[in-house]
Amino acid sequence: MAAHRCGLSVVCILIFSSLAHPSSCDTLEKANDNTATKRRISEVNTDGSVAGEDMNERQWQSTDVEVNRSDGTKNGETFAPAKDQFQEELVIRPLHSGDIYASFQFRTLWDTDFLQEGQKKVSHYRLFPKSLGQVLSKFSVQELHISFTQGFWRTMQWGQPFIPSPPGAELWVWFHDTVSDVDGNWKELTNVLSGIFCASLNFIDMTNTVQPSASFKPLGLGNATDHRFLRYATLPREIVCTENLTPWKKLLPCGSKAGLAVLMKSEKLFHSSFHSQAVHIRPICQDEQCTSKAWELRQTLNVVFDHYTSGQGKKEWSLFKMFSRTLTEACPLASSSKVYVDITDNPEGELFELSPATPLLSQAVVLGDRRTYSVYDLTRAETFGQLRSFNLLLRWKGDSGDMLRPLLHAERYVAGFGLQTGEIHTVIYNNHPYRAFPVLLMDSVPWYLQLYIHTLTVTSKSRDNKPSYIHYQPAKDRHRPHLLEMLIQLPPHSMTEVTVQFERALLKWTEYTPDPNHGFYVGSSVVSALVPSMVAMSTNFTQDQPLFSSFVPVKEESSYFVRVYTEPLLVNLPTPDFSMPYNVICLTCTVVAVGYGSFYNLLTRTFQVDEPSPPLAKRLANFIRRIRGVPLLA
Amino acid sequence: MSHDFLQMHLKAVISCLLIFLYKVHTTKAGQFFSSGHTNNWAVLVCTSRFWFNYRHVANTLSVYRSVKRLGIPDSHIVLMLADDMACNYRNPKPATVFSHKNMELNVYGDDVEVDYRGYEVTVENFLRVLTGRLPPSTPRSKRLLSDDRSNILIYLTGHGGNGFLKFQDSEEISNMELADAFEQMWQKRRYNELLFIIDTCQGASMYERFYSPNLMALASSQVGEDSLSHQPDLAIGVHLMDKYTFYLLEFLEEVHPASQANMNDLFKVCPQSQCVSTPGHRTDLFQRDPGSVLITDFFGSVRKVEITKDTINLTSPVEPPIQRSGSGDIQIESLTYVDQLPVAEIIHQKPKQKDWHPPDGFILGLWTLILLVFFQTYGIKHLKHIF
Repeated sequence: MAAHRCGLSVVCILIFSSLAHPSSCDTLEKANDNTATKRRISEVNTDGSVAGEDMNERQWQSTDVEVNRSDGTKNGETFAPAKDQFQEELVIRPLHSGDIYASFQFRTLWDTDFLQEGQKKVSHYRLFPKSLGQVLSKFSVQELHISFTQGFWRTMQWGQPFIPSPPGAELWVWFHDTVSDVDGNWKELTNVLSGIFCASLNFIDMTNTVQPSASFKPLGLGNATDHRFLRYATLPREIVCTENLTPWKKLLPCGSKAGLAVLMKSEKLFHSSFHSQAVHIRPICQDEQCTSKAWELRQTLNVVFDHYTSGQGKKEWSLFKMFSRTLTEACPLASSSKVYVDITDNPEGELFELSPATPLLSQAVVLGDRRTYSVYDLTRAETFGQLRSFNLLLRWKGDSGDMLRPLLHAERYVAGFGLQTGEIHTVIYNNHPYRAFPVLLMDSVPWYLQLYIHTLTVTSKSRDNKPSYIHYQPAKDRHRPHLLEMLIQLPPHSMTEVTVQFERALLKWTEYTPDPNHGFYVGSSVVSALVPSMVAMSTNFTQDQPLFSSFVPVKEESSYFVRVYTEPLLVNLPTPDFSMPYNVICLTCTVVAVGYGSFYNLLTRTFQVDEPSPPLAKRLANFIRRIRGVPLLA
Repeated sequence: MSHDFLQMHLKAVISCLLIFLYKVHTTKAGQFFSSGHTNNWAVLVCTSRFWFNYRHVANTLSVYRSVKRLGIPDSHIVLMLADDMACNYRNPKPATVFSHKNMELNVYGDDVEVDYRGYEVTVENFLRVLTGRLPPSTPRSKRLLSDDRSNILIYLTGHGGNGFLKFQDSEEISNMELADAFEQMWQKRRYNELLFIIDTCQGASMYERFYSPNLMALASSQVGEDSLSHQPDLAIGVHLMDKYTFYLLEFLEEVHPASQANMNDLFKVCPQSQCVSTPGHRTDLFQRDPGSVLITDFFGSVRKVEITKDTINLTSPVEPPIQRSGSGDIQIESLTYVDQLPVAEIIHQKPKQKDWHPPDGFILGLWTLILLVFFQTYGIKHLKHIF
């Protein structure tokens, strides 16, 4: 009986121990188990797209099948066909100095209406980036042009750029005429854009925003040209670096994974003497008759590599050398993807040699000149050859000689000495041999350079040249800057000089930047002109024009519109010594403490004889005596 | 007696079993719920300007790189760099910031997103980001949108002293201000746990005044000691990193999202033999034991995910927007582009008059009226007084 009971207890113990055993196994293996779960969890999270999605996809596939069976309709039929298209192109122009000018243009055309009211808001974005679309509809933007530039465009050495931009950041916006508070919208728009492009555009406020009255007409469709809805601001100090390129690349439909955008490696792009990236949004005609409009988003990136003139390389270029990458495929979402190389100066191949050779040639009238281009179509598989990679090689053979002088060119500098007054000189050159044409000069000077407009002089060929239109809005201290717009007729083959004297203001000590001895920047002047062209420009709007020649709408055949930016100015304002408040406080407090303190002591101090405190035994004895009521010791 | 023996046996076995089960329950469940956070944020600040402070930007970028590598996305990182070193004209290799000499490791990378840069890095902006009191038009990427289940990592580097940290050579933040900012964050329930790392001279003075719960702090040097820089690069010409952050980066390079390294390992980074200064830490305000706090609780973004095998039914697809009817309906007139430089229009443009002026010829008309009325009343013979 006892044995039976012992046996029973043993069996019970065995059962319980077997139950407990898995837990001990767990405790032993818990480290491994947890890491396994954690790895699975982390794989789901950090890889996210890889591991977890596989499982999810399997689940979604099963529901998909069910829906199909029950509905009987395909998914594609419930949505209307997309009405947006994307084109990308790269134009390479070898410059006379041996350098290369590369211009990327990405265009998304979308037939939709952002500014519609009463209808459902646009919510389905395909190729057009959602962040910009929401910005357009929220702030009722008609046109938006923003550019970030590092370096200065040297017109005399490089000719005219396809799309000009001033150094730093420039933003100009046309608002829709239904907007009631343009300034409020402008302020919020700059803040939102500073978040999208990782730039400090929130420094744009009323002290550097102007409202040009005749420059910067809309580049897109529109009939309302009331300049109350235009705002222009420039930040000449803005730095452009990888953190601005990253969000810019993310706006592209293919990102930087396919197509021409794979060439955008920041280490190579910023190692150049000119780098400019811009976003232009405007409504344009959809077709010849221009009965309906579509929204166009153009992202442009212009870069000039000067490895030869700066002595770092030979006179030989390839895509791999410039961008550290070759092209492997066109963006699958693009309807056209082309590379153009300007071979106008090389008709017989005596100047440079281009490989791989291509039979495709295209002629385009751009900037008043007819240029010939070799075209490489990346949507065709044979462009990539056997190796599935496209590397353009350009080898210079001869010396190119001097460049034709550009017809319009402008410079600006500060004259004078000292920290009180100065003079701004703007020099505009008209290099056309026999034609005169008008230019519109726009100057926006910050309020702390107080212009004396009565000293404004415009001289051409050392004679006074009176402008036919002057618009001047004086500055208000700490509220708005100076705006000076003048329409000047430039005589042929001449130099026109515009001078104005100014006085430098002393800022309040909190208004100085943390590095005031660097100086303060004054934004570039803008010279807008209709320059007579050597070749008749076509006013027909055709869809298959290359992108770089169709940016500015052409209204007449004999001239083309060009905008030239001058250098920004760097002026030193009278700067106080910022350590002075500390020095003054130390000195004053020392003087007060030593001088007044000792004087006060002299007057009010009295001396008393002070007996030293008696030793402990005596104090104890005195205490006992006090209790007894007996007189105390001395 | 055997009955008693059996009962005692049974009780012993049952109690053993209960103890086993309880231990299992706490360890497994305890592990699962030990950290209590659901999302991670990082605020990384470099406060120095000028080219010779290259190392502070490299410090911040190396922590940014580690934090991004371990899983925190850009939308949860607020990166503040007071000056631009990568595209500085003095940088011989543009768009790069190196942490190791001989240009071994580019911590700037290809997809960096800086939220506050240049003059925007001020004490006011830093405190506003921490407390969440930003102007309404501030974009999301510039905000710290943490909640009461967020673990936040705050990293500061620059020049500092006993009780203060210098911002851009023109202003400073004191340790009391920082402690009050953290208390504001606690009152508004803006963090679950906060790890504060500072790499400046006398860095330990910055965490002396903290008084809010759930704060852990690390500093690169004690009060009275200077934090030293690590190694210069002769091609770039400046010191590349500070010693403490250099060894911190080397430590973090070994950490991967699934690693079990805990805070005690972090406290051992850069002992005095390597760092020359004595790194310090403060854990008295932290409720959990530092040995059970994983590095990835603050530097990584490991989420607790429940994977389910059930299918979920979605609602029916969204109705497509109403398509506008085709051509021929509304707009027949063609739209045109605007003239870019309409010279004639500009010359004859009337200047915008903000103040109201009476229309042209008003004064002349008024005088004519007065004269007419005068001569009407008094007769025409008074005209001779005029002419």
